[in-house]
Formats: sequence, structure tokens, C-alpha cells
Amino acid sequence: MNERIKILRQKSLDEIPCISLERAEIVTETYQKYEGTVSIPVLRALVFKELMEKKTICINEGELIVGERGPSPKSTPTYPELCCHTLEDLEIINSREKISFKVHDKERKIQAEKIIPYWEKRAIRSKIFKEMSREWKECYESGVFTEFMEQRAPGHTVADDKIYKKGFLDFKKDIEQELEKIDYLNDIDAYDKKEELNAMLICADAIIKFAQRHSELAKEMAKLEKDEKRKAELFRIAEVCENVPANAPRNFWEALQAYWFVHLGVITELNTWDSFCPGRLDQHLYSFYKNDIENGILTEDEAKELLELFWIKFNNQPAPPKVGVTLKESGTYTDFCNINNGGLKIDGSDGVNELSYLILDVIDEMRLLQPSSNIQLSRKNPDKFLKKACEIISKGWGQPSVFNADSVVEELLRQGKSIEDARCGGTSGCVETGAFGKEAYILTGYINLVKILEITLNNGVDPRRGVKIGIETGDPRNFKTFEELFNAYKKQLHHFIDIKIKGNNIIEKLYSKYMPSPFLSIIISDCIKNGKDYNSGGARYNTNYIQGVGIGTLTDSLSSIKYHVYDNKNISMDELLDALACNFEGKEIIRQMLLNKTPKYGNDNDYADNIMQDAFNAYFNEVNGRKTIRGGVYRINMLPTTCHVYFGSVTGATPDGRKAWQPQSEGISPVQGADRLGPTSVIKSAAKMDHIRTGGTLLNQKFSPELVKNGEGIEKLAHLIRAYFKMDGHHIQFNVVNAQTLKKAQKKS
Amino acid sequence: MYLRIAGGGDSLKKGIVFNIQRYSIHDGPGIRTTVFLKGCPLNCLWCHNPESKRKSREIFFYKNRCLKCGMCIAICPQNALSIENNGIKTDNKKCIFCGRCAAVCNTNAREIVGVEMTDDELMKEIKKDCIFYEESGGGVTFSGGEPLYQYEFLKLMLKRCKLAGIHTVLDTCGFVSEEALIGISDYVDLFLYDIKLMDDDKHKKYTGVSNVLILNNLNKLDELQKKIFIRIPIIPGINDDENIEMTGKFLNKLKSIEKVCLLPYHKIALDKYKRLNLDYNLADTEEPTEEKMEQIAAVFKQYVKDVVIGG
Repeated sequence: MNERIKILRQKSLDEIPCISLERAEIVTETYQKYEGTVSIPVLRALVFKELMEKKTICINEGELIVGERGPSPKSTPTYPELCCHTLEDLEIINSREKISFKVHDKERKIQAEKIIPYWEKRAIRSKIFKEMSREWKECYESGVFTEFMEQRAPGHTVADDKIYKKGFLDFKKDIEQELEKIDYLNDIDAYDKKEELNAMLICADAIIKFAQRHSELAKEMAKLEKDEKRKAELFRIAEVCENVPANAPRNFWEALQAYWFVHLGVITELNTWDSFCPGRLDQHLYSFYKNDIENGILTEDEAKELLELFWIKFNNQPAPPKVGVTLKESGTYTDFCNINNGGLKIDGSDGVNELSYLILDVIDEMRLLQPSSNIQLSRKNPDKFLKKACEIISKGWGQPSVFNADSVVEELLRQGKSIEDARCGGTSGCVETGAFGKEAYILTGYINLVKILEITLNNGVDPRRGVKIGIETGDPRNFKTFEELFNAYKKQLHHFIDIKIKGNNIIEKLYSKYMPSPFLSIIISDCIKNGKDYNSGGARYNTNYIQGVGIGTLTDSLSSIKYHVYDNKNISMDELLDALACNFEGKEIIRQMLLNKTPKYGNDNDYADNIMQDAFNAYFNEVNGRKTIRGGVYRINMLPTTCHVYFGSVTGATPDGRKAWQPQSEGISPVQGADRLGPTSVIKSAAKMDHIRTGGTLLNQKFSPELVKNGEGIEKLAHLIRAYFKMDGHHIQFNVVNAQTLKKAQKKS
Repeated sequence: MYLRIAGGGDSLKKGIVFNIQRYSIHDGPGIRTTVFLKGCPLNCLWCHNPESKRKSREIFFYKNRCLKCGMCIAICPQNALSIENNGIKTDNKKCIFCGRCAAVCNTNAREIVGVEMTDDELMKEIKKDCIFYEESGGGVTFSGGEPLYQYEFLKLMLKRCKLAGIHTVLDTCGFVSEEALIGISDYVDLFLYDIKLMDDDKHKKYTGVSNVLILNNLNKLDELQKKIFIRIPIIPGINDDENIEMTGKFLNKLKSIEKVCLLPYHKIALDKYKRLNLDYNLADTEEPTEEKMEQIAAVFKQYVKDVVIGG
């Protein structure tokens, strides 16, 4: 890492996140000016235009890739059209211990006087909570599920290679062509198409203008600059911003800057989940890298420096402040941009190139919260590539995570994507599979599978709130067999998924109607061709996910009931339910039996693992294949972010011996401490899940530094990963920490 | 001979196993499953698996886990257990290690060490990680105790593993009859051969047996050109003196030694001694420093090409 990077990296780390209401003010003024006089897509485009033209811009000292979302690094905008914060919200955001943002008095005043009066009832969040049924609200209150779109927009997508091949002037031509093709005589959607395409045109001009403003600023700064070297750099910045993203990038530097403007466009237009992501960065940049090196206009060191400067830009944009349940399910500053490295090329051949290795160096050196990074590992990728990633993993800061590129392709093929689109796909956010640049794959919320078992055990009642939110499936004390219990659970699951999807259908319509995203739609195929917005099903592929949480806790709980109540009759259902009701108070011996004398998931034990498969299949069958109103299909994935902690906090004691309000298991990882036979057993158990039928699973594995302290240990780690992927495992991430460090960290928090 | 002990009754089809460690990465190439067979003819002062010494079952008692619920006392057919101030007391004269106390102990404070397993049962466990062996060039390692102490069972297991195409490693102290060692050597892909001390008097003093048989056997394996890694525990104050030079010189004469692994003494086993209610004689011995280990490795490097510290 050179001196420039050291300084800028440290600055980014030290910067304290704060709230900026500049965006909120511009948005509000634009709505006040145009609302009712133009169509909604055009209104949204005008909002984008005003933002791109008016927002404060800056070029930070020493940087080469330019542009911030807010007026300065980590100065974070709000999105009142989605979520209108109350003054109380702002106070909480300002003063909470974790994930806080400074809120100045000036901002509070603007919020009170300008923002709240206009947006209080208009914001999507207000509309959603107004529209949701009583039963939906009861479930939400009980913590049966969360709702991703209640304060952030759908998003959940990733760029492909088109922005490196075309500039926005080219996209404009494409849009104009589609405008000309509209059949006003026969096409009932003709008007909607026209408005959407016109909105896209406005957005294309706006992003070009935004880049030009940076170009002009760079020129002005260059004129005043005394240092000759920096002066030259500023002129170069001006030149780059003059060309991209209006035109296709001509070199490595321009390619990075082109992406960055697009990134800022997407995350300024709306507060999209998982921000945005360049996806397969090594694939996209390689031709530029190779050309520039061959032509002698770029050295490897310069490429690395540009990449590291690019990295810092991500870290300057914390996820916009979240409140309520959304904060609990995703309690982090990271906005889940997850850079993909390696994998396959479009023709199915090995995608690893020199740049893939250079990017690994960057990952190793930067160690920033953002962006996240992963390798997409195919059986076709060289071992050398995996080994290098494992060396970084062994250093113990959790990255890069490792994905199975071959499984990702198979998952996408199962969902009906073309083989080319599948190979150019990858994973984003935490572990979500997507056809990059061509798919809207929307995560709609987490579902608390363990809570649903708790409600089953209480005949439809949530014992925490004493409210009946499920259906009456019978008093479990009267169930003669485990199958009766499991059938009751499946009925409850069906009931809750119905409620969730009924809500989703309304929320999706609200976004389609009120919150189109014409800028994002330009760059996701085939929104232009279809003349249809990303939020209305314009993308080539449309998928909705519901993310299952707590499969480990659920499996172990079911295993406990089967083993102790039905198979071995160590305890009656009545005794078990009593013990759960009193949170094992005075029943420690029973709890210890549940903890220690039960076949548990994560030990390569078929008794437990078969139950996991049944629980997985029940969930899969309930969700997979249901239709979405955007013309897409529902799928499942198994990931929690931090939701297993929130879901744990609303779930009472469980039959696996877990005490009330404690976290549930994470992703598809076993319950903490339940796996007692080492990593191969965990992997064998986890691989018994059919990963190919998901859109992503998350397996976190804690690893003692002792196991990877030398080259041999690192090599064995690589073999462990290859073996998991041979069994179709989707993702694995290693936290290399020793028990003492963990204990210390727990004490601190 | 010690080995004959394993000859009678049902021991051909059943072994007594005290641990099966999966993802074992220090006991041979690749990812391995290490099967620990119980019973050892040596009695090394520094033994880090004290539960491996006796061939019969034992019971670990984890005092900190005990809730003093008394279920073990109630179920004990021998009345060997009683409650006292700090937990449960076992009358070793009465206990027949039937294991019923461990079965009813919900906190696993009482744990049976040494489970009888048939060859089928053990094969099933070993085969569980085949995919990892194949991927990494790993396999199974038999360790102990002294695995050859259960000669017939070990031989059967080794044969079955070879039939199943699984790479085999034998971790042995070498204190066995030559015929036994040769008897299994066709089914062993790699020997991890332990050498502790060259001076026979000291060997007798610290391990309870003479080293003559051990060194002769090593010579024999070497003549047969078996693949061998030598493993030497480095115990400060016991074998880290002129013994290093002597061992190096001895090994220098052999031809089949591929590697020497120096295993620094550690105190991890202390808790195990407590669980077995045994005294630990090396409580005051310090673990060797990294520097010291490097020095010792440098001495060995004069005599053997490949010297590593650790597994």
C-alpha cells in the first residue's frame, strides 16, 4: 500500500458518519414543483435530474476516482420518499451506541419544518403500514417475519458488463429506438412505456451532467493547484469525467470511474437494498487492464493504486440509517456491495486472470468494512487462486468469502436462466445468487422458522405476546406421533407464508406505482426493450426471495422432540412444554439433557440431518414456485445477516435447550456449540441440504488459528473447501479466531 | 509378548477406541481421520493422552460440568459413587466402568473413555470423510495408545481400509514384536515412528521400557524400505540434551526416513489428568521456546534432510 492509499484509507476509517438532508430537501422541492403535473416515472426522473444537477459535489484531496453520494465522505443522505424519519428517529440515530450517525441541529430543523410535513403520510413506509392487514401487523409485531421494503427500495441487483461497452449516449440511442417502436394503436401499455422511456432519457442526461460537473470542478481545482503532480492528476480526472459515463470507457481508469458514477446514480436515485455492485470486477476490467499494460499507459502498481482508491470510495458510503426492525435484521454500516472475483467466463472456461490475483492483493491490503469481497470458485479455477485466497482468509478478518461458481450456475439454470446469463452471474449481498445485469432478485424479508414451531407448540398462540396469530392445529399434548406434530408445523408455515405474500403483493404494487427507478432500469436488461421499469417487472428475470432463518435451531428442536418425547420417551410433551414455558427455570437437568443427549445438526448424524432435510423441504415446497405480481417466481434462500439475533430476541425457550430471547443459529450453520466433531462433520451435514434448489445458503465456520498457521494447514483448508463444493455447497466463510479473542469480544459487547 | 494380549476372545472383531478425530491435519498427509486405539505398553512421563494407557474402559469426570443431581449415584449398580463437598466421589475399587453413570449424566460430566467397536462400526466412521481424503490425499491414521497393542483388530482394520482404497498411516511407539510389525507393514502406507531417547537407561526410567526392541524394529522397517516419518517429542530436561545429537546420528544411518517431526512438549494434557484423578509429574516443566525448537531442528538438519517442527 503506497503513501497516498495509507492516508486516504485512514481518513475513510476515521471519518464519522453523519446525516445530510441535502438530498431530502432537493427531493421535496422537486416533488412540490412537479407532483401532479407529470407522470410518476417522469417525476422520479426529474427528482434524479435535480439531484445530479444540484447536489454538492467534491473531489477529495489526493483521490483519483471521484464522486460521493453525500456532500462529503460518509455524509449520508436520507430518502424521505421511502422512510420519513420522525424527530425521535433522528435522536435515536444520533445517540444509539451502535451504527449511529451524527445529526446536527440544523438538520433536525429542516426535518421538522420541511421534510416531515410533506412526507409524513406520503412516504412508502407510511403507505405500507397503512395498507397492511391486521393479521400481517400482528405477525410483524410478533417477529414471525420482517419486511425488507418498509424503508428501503427493492434494488438487490448487480451490474454486468454493458456499462463498459456502452456510454449513456449509446443507451440514449437504444431508448430512443424503443420510443419510436411504440405501437400506440394496439399496445395497451403504450403510454406507460412512453413515460418510462422518457424518464430513462432524462436520467441518462442527468448522469452525464453529473460527471461533467466533476470534470469542471477538477479543471477549476487544477488551475489553483500549486503542486504540479496533483495539477496533472486533476486535469486527468477532468478528462476522464468528460468522457465517462457519456461514452464507453477507453481505459482502466475510465472503466473504474464509469462504474463509480453508475454506482452513485443507483444509490442516489433510491435507497436500494444492498446498494449496488460491480459484480464480476476482474472479468469486466481485464480487457482494459491488458490493453493499458500492453500499450504502456498503465503499470501493475498504478492499476493496484486505482483499485485501492476505488475500494475507499465504497467505504465512504455507509448504508443509510436504518430504524426499527430493519436495523435489527441488518445492524451494520456495510451496504453489502460484494465484489466477485474468479469464476467462469461466458463460454464456460476458467475466468481467473492476472487481475484476479491483483484484486486479491487489494483485498488483503485494504481490509475495509466495505466493499465485501469474495471468490467465485469453479472446479476449473486453478488451485493457486484458491490457495492465495486461503492465505488471506487465514489472516483472520473474515474475507474473502468463498462461493461455488459451478453451483451458482446450476442454481441459475434450475431457475430457467440461459447458460450464458448463468455463467455471467454470481453472488451479491450476503450470498444471493443472481443473473447479473439481467435480473431483479428481490429479497422480501426473513422468516422466523423457529417462531413458527413455537407457535405450533402453542396451538396457534404466540406465547410472548399472548396473542393468537396462527391457526389452531391442536394441542401438541394430544399428538400421538412426531409426524402429527410436523404436519401441524407445516400447516402453520403455510398460513404464515400466505400472510407474508399477501403483504408482499401490495408492497410490490406500491413500488411499481409510486417508486419506479428509471435510472437503474437503463442498466438492467431488458427494461429498455420492454419499456418497463425495474420495479414493475421490466428486467429479463424477476425473482422474489423469502429468506429462511434458524434452520439449525429448528432442526435441533424437532430432533429433541422426536428423540426424547416420541422415540425414547425420556420426557412427556407436557413436561417439555412446561419446561419451555418457564424458560427452564428449575429445570436445568432437563435442559442439559436436551443440550447434550440429543442428536444435533452439524455432526454428520443422519438422525438430525434427515430432520433438517424434512424441514428444508417443507420450507422449499411452501415457497418455491409461487408467482409474484411482477411476473416472477418466489424462491428461497437461507441467510440471516443479523436477523438470527433479532428473531432470537422474540422467540421463547426452544426444545433444543436454547433459553428464551437468545440468538438462533445463523444461516445454515449449526447451533453455536452443537457441532462437536469438527469442520468435516459440519460440512457433511450442511451438504445434505439441497443447495442447488436455493438462491444461496450461508455457512460460517469458526476456525482456530492453529489449524491454518502454516502452508500445510492452508492447503488443507483449500481441500476442505473443494470437498464442500464437490458436494454442491454454495458458500463458506471462515472466521479464524481463537476462543480467547472471542470471549474477550463477547465481554466487550 | 505384549501383543499376544490382544489375541483372545472377541477382540478380533472388536476394538476399544477412545477417540475418533476427524479433520485431523497433523497426523500424516491430507485431511485425515485419526482413530485412537486404547492401551499402551509404555508409560511415558509426559504422556499427553493419559486416558490411552489402560486398555480397559475408564471414566472421565469433568468436575465443572457436574450439577450434583445424583442421577449417577442412583443408577450405579456397584454403589461406587457418593456425594461429597466438591462433587461426586468414585470408589475406584468398586467401579467396574459399566458406563451407566455416563449414560444418565445429562451434562456429560461423566464420560466413558473407551468404546468397544466392531470393525463394521469403525469402518462406517472412517468412511464418512472419504470425500475429504480423496480431495486432499488424506486417509486414516491409527494412533493410540499403541495401536499395535490391539494387534488383531488393527490388522483387520488396516486390511479393510486398504481394500476400500483408503490411505493408511500407523502412529507407533515401535515397542512390539518384529513379527507383528512386519505382519501389518504391508497394509501401512506410512509409519509415524516415535523415538524418545537413545540412552537405554533413561528410556527405561522415563517410559518404563527398554528401547532396544524399538530401535531394532526401526532398523527392520528401514531395511524393508517402508515409508517412515520419525516423530520425536521434545521434553525439556529429559531428552533435549546430547540425546538430540545421538538421535540425529542414529537416523543418519537409515535410508527410508523421509522426514523428522519435532513435537514440542505442551501442557494441554493437564486437564485430562485431573479428569482421571491422576497426578501429573511434569507440572513444573516449561514448554520449549520457539527459539529452542529451532536450535534443535538445526542440529537434526545436519543428519536428516527434511525436519519440521510440529505434526
